[in-house]
Amino acid sequence: MSLIAAKHLSVAHEGLPVLRDVDLSIDKGEIVTVVGPNGSGKTTLLKALLGAVKPTSGRIERAPGLVIGYVPQKLHVDHSLPMTVRRFLDLPKRAGNAAAQAALDSAGAGDLGARQMSSLSGGQFQRVLLARALLLKPDLLILDEATQGLDPPGSAAFYRRIEEVRDEVGCAVLMVSHELHVVMRASDRVICLNGHVCCEGAPEAVSAAPEYRALFGEGADVMAIYRHEHDHTHDHSHDHSHPDPA
Amino acid sequence: MLDDFLVRAALASLGVALAAGILGCFVVWRRMAYFGDATAHAALLGVALSLFAQVSVFTGVLFVAVVVALVVSGLARRGASYDSTLGVMAHGSLGVGLLAVSLLPGRAMNPETYLFGDILAVGRTDLGLIWAGVALVTGLILWRWSRLLTATLNPDLAQSSGVNPHRESLVLTMALAVVVAVAIKVVGALLITALLIIPAAAARPLARTPEAMAAIAVALGMTSALGGLRLAWVLDAPAGPSIVCVAVGLFAATTLWGLLRRR
Repeated sequence: MSLIAAKHLSVAHEGLPVLRDVDLSIDKGEIVTVVGPNGSGKTTLLKALLGAVKPTSGRIERAPGLVIGYVPQKLHVDHSLPMTVRRFLDLPKRAGNAAAQAALDSAGAGDLGARQMSSLSGGQFQRVLLARALLLKPDLLILDEATQGLDPPGSAAFYRRIEEVRDEVGCAVLMVSHELHVVMRASDRVICLNGHVCCEGAPEAVSAAPEYRALFGEGADVMAIYRHEHDHTHDHSHDHSHPDPA
Repeated sequence: MLDDFLVRAALASLGVALAAGILGCFVVWRRMAYFGDATAHAALLGVALSLFAQVSVFTGVLFVAVVVALVVSGLARRGASYDSTLGVMAHGSLGVGLLAVSLLPGRAMNPETYLFGDILAVGRTDLGLIWAGVALVTGLILWRWSRLLTATLNPDLAQSSGVNPHRESLVLTMALAVVVAVAIKVVGALLITALLIIPAAAARPLARTPEAMAAIAVALGMTSALGGLRLAWVLDAPAGPSIVCVAVGLFAATTLWGLLRRR
């Protein structure tokens, strides 16, 4: 059974349709990426799955007791709000010190506990948000353009971290991104969205699909990069293997 | 002891400082200062209404403050320009309020009493109302503290943690209306926002957590209240502006300290 599924989901915003008849389901432990141009309804889809946006028709089915960890797009913490990273993890429910440290460690933010939220760099901030989501022991991790504002090596490292977390915790991951090549490498399945689902499948299949090429242009042959990067050995060291692209 | 008007004035201002210190942190964090102005300025209309309808000033002010707060947050959520909506509401209600007060039949009312407050005229009933309102607001905020804080940080994050951000902002809106209603006699409609934001802003450089900021804001607000009363007594000046002046002095001191410490 899937963890969460959208059935014939349509969402309109101020009378204008944003999503039309979207079907989607996510299984335990899989990494699914939604790609699509700006205004294709990616964020709306995530919000509908989170329950923050009401569908105009269709429905969202969740597995009973599903716990979702949400990593928002970009979060601005105003300097007027004093907040240490450790205290941030206590919102809205107080977390034990051991659990908080464990979550920070798995997110690669183990040494940031005492820092002020407003003083973190973009990459540090994303790792803290990831830690906060992990604290809930989620069945499903939802990330909305989680690497916006990070440089390419930074976002590549972040997505590797997500993969490691998946392997460690066993949660499913649903993410939205425009950084196609980085994301595809880490995904089991890609969904190409443009108001409706254009095509979906394994990363290689999607990048070869005509619908995908129509949306992103011929220049978007990301699998070339993908294959290329897998042709040679990695010069960065990390101790896990990439799943074989199907 | 309550027979002494100075004791009553001190207790009234301490109460307002307590509620305003805590709520003021949220006003600062959520950048609601102008929202506070709109609600507070509308209070004058509430005064006119209460005299007209023969109800207590507290009831009239609370009623109008709630209505204005709801209208502004409703308009804002429907996508109206927040800034200009607030501008229209703040100054519109002040204008209408002043006009209404001047047109009141029979007994003439001095609008200055409510624009600048009249803390030395606080009676036992006023004191009871003020502390009831303060207890209500303080209790409400402490009870929902974590949820309010999560919603303040980010509405989407709150939603995904099972906190309804609209409900939390409604809670703050209502709390603001109550604080305006209890504070109008102490500092007056024009200076209520000052009592909300200045202690909180002054507390910021001294705090590392939201809880510490709220506690320090309350302490600074209370210091301003008592110091302001003393200043007013010595200078024979109105109490509301004196309290605000002391608060500004504290703000300058902590801000300077924060700047010096950073280098």
